[in-house]
Amino acid sequence: MRVAHMSTTYVLDHLDHLESEAIHIFREVAGEFERPVILFSGGKDSVVMVHLAIKAFAPAALPFGLLHVDTGHNFPEVLQFRDETVERLGVRLDVANVQDYLDDGRLRERADGTRNPLQTVPLLDAIEAGRFDAVFGGGRRDEEKARAKERVFSLRDAFGAWDPRRQRPELWDLYNGRHAPGEHVRVFPLSNWTELDVWRYIEREGIELPGLYYAHEREVFARDGMWLSAGEWGRPRAGERVEARTVRYRTVGDMSCTGAVESQARDVSGVILELAATRVTERGATRADDRLSEAAMEDRKKQGYF
Amino acid sequence: MTTTHEAAAAPVSQPRGIPVKVRHDLLRLATAGSVDDGKSTLVGRLLYDTKSVLADQLDAVERVSRERGLDAADLALLTDGLRAEREQGITIDVAYRYFSTATRSYVLADTPGHVEYTRNMVTGASTAELALILVDARHGVVEQTRRHLAVTGLLGVRHVALAVNKMDLVDWDVDRFGEIVAEFAGLATRFGIHDVAAVPVSALFGDNVVERSTRAPWYSGPTLLEHLEAVPVGTDPSTQPLRMPVQYVVRPRTADHPDYRGYAGRLASGVVRPGDEVVVLPSGRRTTVAGVDRARADGTLEELDVAFAPQSVTLRLADDVDVSRGDLVAAAVEPGLLTRSVAGTVAVLSERPVRRRDRVLLRVGTRTVRALVDDVVDELDIGSMEQRAAPDGLGLNAIGRVRIRLAEEVPVDDYRRLRRTGAFLLVDEADGSTLAAGMADAPDRSAGEGI
Repeated sequence: MRVAHMSTTYVLDHLDHLESEAIHIFREVAGEFERPVILFSGGKDSVVMVHLAIKAFAPAALPFGLLHVDTGHNFPEVLQFRDETVERLGVRLDVANVQDYLDDGRLRERADGTRNPLQTVPLLDAIEAGRFDAVFGGGRRDEEKARAKERVFSLRDAFGAWDPRRQRPELWDLYNGRHAPGEHVRVFPLSNWTELDVWRYIEREGIELPGLYYAHEREVFARDGMWLSAGEWGRPRAGERVEARTVRYRTVGDMSCTGAVESQARDVSGVILELAATRVTERGATRADDRLSEAAMEDRKKQGYF
Repeated sequence: MTTTHEAAAAPVSQPRGIPVKVRHDLLRLATAGSVDDGKSTLVGRLLYDTKSVLADQLDAVERVSRERGLDAADLALLTDGLRAEREQGITIDVAYRYFSTATRSYVLADTPGHVEYTRNMVTGASTAELALILVDARHGVVEQTRRHLAVTGLLGVRHVALAVNKMDLVDWDVDRFGEIVAEFAGLATRFGIHDVAAVPVSALFGDNVVERSTRAPWYSGPTLLEHLEAVPVGTDPSTQPLRMPVQYVVRPRTADHPDYRGYAGRLASGVVRPGDEVVVLPSGRRTTVAGVDRARADGTLEELDVAFAPQSVTLRLADDVDVSRGDLVAAAVEPGLLTRSVAGTVAVLSERPVRRRDRVLLRVGTRTVRALVDDVVDELDIGSMEQRAAPDGLGLNAIGRVRIRLAEEVPVDDYRRLRRTGAFLLVDEADGSTLAAGMADAPDRSAGEGI
């Protein structure tokens, strides 16, 4: 016995489905928490999150502020994009600076110069200072193996720690956001999106991104199989030759560990075509920090990372 | 060959007359099976053969396979997530996998077979429209298969794909396949599952997973992926009554929208149009839908002629009724029933047992109410499907029937009919943890009176 074929009028496209789910998540948080905040770096996932949040509450204003952890090695064009977005939306932005922590000795620079792992402490301090009880992150389960087991509502203790063995089971769309004072919940509205879904949605909605997501000429040098861009964070070492290449970024994290890929994709549809043909994952291609070990992401998450 | 596949598998349908799809839709499925059934290998195979595995992931799998002295890449490694899982060779938690084809995107809840089995399977199945159940061709339907089917049926997953795996180890014996399918289909019917499609596969070699096998000429049905591509899932929203739990009240109070008041929510079931008569529960106030709004990409409002489950929308109501988070907007013609007593089946998910006289919180839709466990009626042995007394309550991974008294009247639907508004959670009042997942029975009209 089969269910009769559904009338196609009432079938949701998969992007509509993902959008509806994300909007539902934003509204649940607005309804259940006192002080939510959206982590916003100017990267594509956080830009999509803010776009969805605006749609969730229209025609009212976004009921949350934004929070950015600035490693001090961010791409200048991304920071500019971040500030323009904040200005345009008229929302509040809190910035936690890793540089401040390095300057006064609360954190020390790592031997490898990578600052991504250093973001955890400023992030937790900012959450505590802002008394945020829900923190939206753009993490997706398709990004990485440890993320594949992350909940949409992920409870963190006062140390921001994630214990994969003590996660709450998550059933239907009944998200349980109960937490004790001092605890907070990380919320991932894009959990079920893939990199390609994000790009298709950017195309459909006409969402603007920082220019370095698209192919452009850039002075780069090769290290660990990635194209890195010289900047305040560091220079090419002896034997690393700087050359002009046509590249784009698939992720825009800390400059010291975010690499570019060679690309001819100058617009969204070009990126989508390129992704459909790509043979390497987003993090594998462009994130040196995830190559540290098999469990690099799992370890950082346990310590309170994004 | 003495039997044909069709004859042996009489109760099992094969997809035919596949309609031309107009849209790229989303299918959520949950896998069930143990490591020994080759589940991780099958999932790895689905990902690999749909080109969802990229070069760096494959490099890692090949490297580890070599380190372990294997000749070929062990695709099961693609689905390992946490360090403890890799070290112990087991899967601890539900993991979500993504792959897509030209016609569908898939969200696959990969549920482990060994540790905390019920908890994980219940979680994975709660959002699934289809369950993919594995059986080892050598062992056939075993105790674990019965549990998989029981949970699948209990959670209201109406479509099952049976992968009879390791067919290479029984020499692609058509009779063996037919036997297993017949037994499985019989059981499935008992658990209320009427849509079963069975495919003989070898996940290790990739036969009939994505690529068609040449080793089973007697099998004329689709490959596993072909079946997933074609199976119609979901329910036509127009056949179900409207339910929309209110999540949030949208009140901009701006110059452009000084008096706008909208009720934001995701349709749990049904269809809604401007002009529809609705009832707000639990207050029981009747009103009319004045508008169905959705934001455009630029943040301006679009007024829809119709919205349907599971869309997220904002409803405007004609009268100045008092509506807030936790309320339910329901079809006036069939609003369901308000009750102060919920009878249903719960699956216990926490170390803390569910016992008679326990004070808990009950979450249904967007509403959370104080509740008292009036009675633990019995515990279900999901292997034998027999009920037994549960004098000590229900422990972790147990499934049983309970009766719960609520501090206030709440609308609850029959889970078997309306999944989203018949599902509930029991939550620990002290530490906020999720104690149990519940599925409500049809409300009993006589229950809950006079409390």
